[in-house]
Amino acid sequence: MLALQGAFIEHEEMLSKLGVESFEIRQKNDLLRSFDGLIIPGGESTVQGKLLKELGLLEPIRQLILEGLPTFGTCAGLLLLSKRIENDARSYLATMDITAVRNAYGRQLGSFYTEASLGTIDKIPMTFIRAPYIKEVSDSVEILATVDGKIIAARQGNQLVTAFHPELNDDFTVHRYFIDICGGE
Amino acid sequence: MSENRYELNKNLAQMLKGGVIMDVTTPEQARIAEAAGACAVMALERIPADIRAAGGVSRMSDPKMIKGIQDAVSIPVMAKCRIGHFAEAQILEAIEIDYIDESEVLSPADDKHHIDKTKFKVPFVCGAKDLGEALRRINEGAAMIRTKGEPGTGDVVQAVRHMRLIQSEINRIGSAAGDELFDIAKELRVPYDLVQYVHEYKKLPVVNFAAGGVATPADAALMMQLGAEGVFVGSGIFKSGNPEKRAAAIVKAVTNFTDAKLLAELSEDLGEAMVGINEKEIELLMAQRGE
Repeated sequence: MLALQGAFIEHEEMLSKLGVESFEIRQKNDLLRSFDGLIIPGGESTVQGKLLKELGLLEPIRQLILEGLPTFGTCAGLLLLSKRIENDARSYLATMDITAVRNAYGRQLGSFYTEASLGTIDKIPMTFIRAPYIKEVSDSVEILATVDGKIIAARQGNQLVTAFHPELNDDFTVHRYFIDICGGE
Repeated sequence: MSENRYELNKNLAQMLKGGVIMDVTTPEQARIAEAAGACAVMALERIPADIRAAGGVSRMSDPKMIKGIQDAVSIPVMAKCRIGHFAEAQILEAIEIDYIDESEVLSPADDKHHIDKTKFKVPFVCGAKDLGEALRRINEGAAMIRTKGEPGTGDVVQAVRHMRLIQSEINRIGSAAGDELFDIAKELRVPYDLVQYVHEYKKLPVVNFAAGGVATPADAALMMQLGAEGVFVGSGIFKSGNPEKRAAAIVKAVTNFTDAKLLAELSEDLGEAMVGINEKEIELLMAQRGE
C-alpha cells in the first residue's frame, strides 16, 4: 500500500476483510519487504507525485511495475500511472498507456455517486470525488467500465485503474479482481 | 442536503488525509503551497496572526480574491465564513468552493447558533475543543472536524490540549457500558446515535485534522502521533523566513511522522520560524468562540 497521502487506510480495511495482508510503503526501505501487489490510493496526485520523487520512490516503483508488479491505482493513483495527463504538464510513474483528464468533473459540487457494470460484472457502486476520467487508451489497454461515455476503469496487463473509489463502498468486486491479478489468495 | 451528498462530502475529507492544508492570501502563495505539496489551500485575505494583530471585525474574504486562488491551483480550495453567518456560506457555495470552514478565526456572526450545514451542498469543516463540540458540529452537518487550537499564535499547546481531550473522551465512550451512553449523550448535548457511533467504532464519524499553532515539522509530527489524520497550517508557513522550504518539510513530516531521523533532517535550516505569541500573552482566545 502506497501510504504517502490520501485514503490508504480504507484500502487496507478492504483487504483485511478479504483476508489479505498489507503493509504501508512510506520510504525506500519499505520496498525491501516482499509483496505481491501494490495499491496506489486516492488523494491528491500532486502531493503523492511530489513525495514519490522526493522520497526516492518514483524510479524503484516504476521499475517494479515495468517488471510486472500487479498495481492498482484509484483516482489519484490512476493519474500517477497515466502516461499523459491532458490538462496537467506533470507526469509521474507514467507506466500505463492512457491519457487522463484531471478534475474532469469539476470541483467538489461535481462529485457524484452512481452504479455501473464493470467488465462482465453487473452493477457495482461507484463513488467519484473530484475524479479524473480516461480520454484515450492504446490498443493494449482493456476498457473495463464507462459512465456516460467516459472510460472510468481500465486494465493493461498487470496494471488496473479506476477513476472511482471502490474502497469507499462495501463492495469487494474490484479488490477481488485485483487480488486475482496478483495471483489469487 | 441528501444523504448521498453528505457521504460524498465526507469522502472528500478522506482524500485529504495524511496531507497538509495551508493558509494562503494570494494566488502566488497558493502556487507556492501547491508546489510544496499542500493537499488543499485555505483562501483568506489575512492569515490568523495578522487578523489577531489588526483586531476589529474580520469577515469572509472577497470572492474575487478567492476566485483568483481557485484559478491559480488544481488542488481543492477552502474558504472561511463567520460562525453562524449562513449568507456568507451561501456566497461561498455560489462560487463553488470545495470546502467551507465555519471558523472561529473570523468574528462570530451569531453567538448562539451555528450554520445549519445540512442545507448546503458543499462540505463544511468546523473547529472543536472537545468531543461534545465535535459531535454537535457533525450533527449540524459538518463533514470534517479540526481542533481549534489557538490560531495565529504559533503556540501548539491548545491544539495538543484539544486533540488529547477529544481522544480521551473517545476512549471513555469506547469503553463505557451500553446503558451509560444515554447519559453521556445528555452530558455532551448530542444525539444518542452519534455517541453510539463513537462507542462502536472508537473514532469520530468524520475525518479529524489538527489546526491552530502548528509551526514546525515537529509540531506536525506531534499532532499526527496524537491521532490527527492531517494538519492545517495557518500563519506558520507564510509568517516564517523560508515558506517554500518550511511548507515542503511539514508535508514530508506528516507522511513520515514517526521517523525521528527523517524529522531531524527535515527540521534543519528552515530559517526563522514565525515569532509566536505565548497563549498566556494573548487577550483574545479565539477558541472560546462558538461552543
